[in-house]
Amino acid sequence: MRLSLLSDLNKERAARRAAVLVTDVASGDQRLIREAEVDGDLLAEDLGDALRRGKSGLVERNGRQFFLTVQTPPVRVVVIGAVHISQALAPIAMGLDLDVTIIDPRTAFAASERFPEVSVLAEWPDTVLPEIGIDRYTAVAALTHDPKIDDPALIAALRSECFYIGALGSRKTHERRIQRLTEAGFAEADLLRIHAPIGLDIGAVSPAEIAVSILAEIVASLRKDQRRSA
Amino acid sequence: MLSTDTDILKTAEGWRREGRGVAIATVVETWGSAPRPVGSHLVIDGDTNFLGSVSGGCVEGAVITEALDVIADGKPRMIEFGVADETAWQVGLSCGGRIRVYVERVD
Repeated sequence: MRLSLLSDLNKERAARRAAVLVTDVASGDQRLIREAEVDGDLLAEDLGDALRRGKSGLVERNGRQFFLTVQTPPVRVVVIGAVHISQALAPIAMGLDLDVTIIDPRTAFAASERFPEVSVLAEWPDTVLPEIGIDRYTAVAALTHDPKIDDPALIAALRSECFYIGALGSRKTHERRIQRLTEAGFAEADLLRIHAPIGLDIGAVSPAEIAVSILAEIVASLRKDQRRSA
Repeated sequence: MLSTDTDILKTAEGWRREGRGVAIATVVETWGSAPRPVGSHLVIDGDTNFLGSVSGGCVEGAVITEALDVIADGKPRMIEFGVADETAWQVGLSCGGRIRVYVERVD
């Protein structure tokens, strides 16, 4: 592989753009196809399919074998609330190769010393979410317990194609949340996208255990979707 | 150090820029219960430092040895591993799966 090609591949990943590296298995020839360049390519159909499924694999065309290395953007977890659970969640998420962004308008919470190596934005979710963009490789977890902060984030998430939405709070809290979001104009089917109470039911008690249950639910949403479309 | 997909390819680029000989091994095909999915990478430098994986640790040694040849002559290779034959001490996968691994040099 040429170093420039490897460098381009890394750049696409950093910019959160999907791309496919095509290798002619017999000759070793390689080229990089960005998502926008798929149409019109000799392998357009295979490339489109591989990108949709997010899966690398071998394909054959005109008697030649090509290996498609599919690179989808790193999965990102946007956490609303720079709270105790988020402090436990950030390092575990990084170990899972997830990009973590934490948003909390309360500057005392959103202090970067509380979150080493993580992007922390001391802003209101409705201001900052459109700026950072929520794509289909993003999960949103609302953890502040405060509707003033969580609701605008959930509204932005519901309007996006993010693959996961979760919200912290009891069943009762969620009933009231559903009421507010219904009044804000969302249909029942939309609101079913919200995982609440957040996290897989593993009987989690401590912040770290709750973080594990949330991340397990995010991984399940990510991988089960891929399996269904496979 | 953790080795996620991002780290592995960034490391490959970083090592090459430092002037090291670098090879990338990629799982291109699997049959049966293979431990790592198609597309998984292992990067290797000329001093046998490595990051990532193409199996559960079963065939990495053989891939690294092959990678040193690839770094030396620049010719990409396809290698296949099947079930381990314990009597012959052959490298293989004890899980019963088979994998094909493509090894190429970063130029």
